[in-house]
Amino acid sequence: MSNLTYTVIFYLFAAITVFSAAFVVFSRNVIYSAFSLLFTFFGVAALYVYLSADFIAVTQVVVYVGGILVLLLFGVMFTKSIMNTDLKSDVLHIVPGTLIVAGIIGALLYTFYTTHGWMPSETQLHGSVVERIGFETMSHYVLPFEMVSILLLAALIGAAFLARFDKPDNKKS
Amino acid sequence: MEHLIPIGLNHYLTISAFLFGFGLFAVMTRKNAIVVLMGVELILNAANINFLAFSKFNGGIAGVMFSLFIIVIAAAEAAIALAIVINIFKIFKSVDVSSIDTMKE
Repeated sequence: MSNLTYTVIFYLFAAITVFSAAFVVFSRNVIYSAFSLLFTFFGVAALYVYLSADFIAVTQVVVYVGGILVLLLFGVMFTKSIMNTDLKSDVLHIVPGTLIVAGIIGALLYTFYTTHGWMPSETQLHGSVVERIGFETMSHYVLPFEMVSILLLAALIGAAFLARFDKPDNKKS
Repeated sequence: MEHLIPIGLNHYLTISAFLFGFGLFAVMTRKNAIVVLMGVELILNAANINFLAFSKFNGGIAGVMFSLFIIVIAAAEAAIALAIVINIFKIFKSVDVSSIDTMKE
C-alpha cells in the first residue's frame, strides 16, 4: 500500500471516530447516540489495526460491539418504550461543562504539540502481535490474567443477581 | 503540512484527547444514565488508544496487555452498571440521574 493511501485511510477513520463520538455526546436522542457509538467503536478498532494491535482490534469489535453496545441498547429500550416520543436526554449545567471540556482538550493538545521530546524507539511494533500476546499472557501476565477472569466472573454473577426479577409479593404465583 | 503526512504519535494522542473530552462532557452534562455510561465507554476507549499508541512507538508489549485488561474491566463495568440502572428504573421509574435523591426505597 502506498504511503499516501495509508495516510488518507488513517484520516478517514480518525474523522469517523471523532465525528461519531461528537454525535454520541451532542445528539439529544438516546437511540441515535447508541447507534452512533457503533461507528465510534468501529473507527477505534480500525485505529487499533493501524497501531499494529490486530488482536485488540478484533477483541474490540467482539466485546464492545457485540457485548457492551447490545447491553446499552437493551438498557435504552428497557427503560423507555420505543414508540414514546420522550426518548430525549436533557442536559444540565451545559456552560461550565463546555468550558471545562474545552479547557481540558486545549490543555492536552497544547501539551502534546509543544512537547518536542517524543523519541520513538528503534524497535517499534510491526506486523501481528497475536503470538507475543499469547506468550506474555501465559508468562509475565498470568497472575493478572487469572485475577481479571475471576473478577469478570464475579462481576457477571453480581450483575445477574442485581438485575433478577423477583418481588416479594410475586412469590405465590 | 509536512508534519501531517507521516502518522506519528501526536495524531493518536489528538484523537484520544477528543474522545476523552467528549466522554467527559457526556458524563458531566447528560441527565440520562445510559448516556453517562456511553461517556464512560468513550473515556475508556481514549485510554486504550493512548496505551496502544505508546506501546507501538515504544516497541514493548506492555501497553497491548494493559489494553486487553481494560477491555475486560469495561465489560464487567458495563454489566454491573446496566444492572444498577435497571434497578434504579424499577424503583424510581426513571433513569434521570439528577432526580435520584434517596438511597433506600
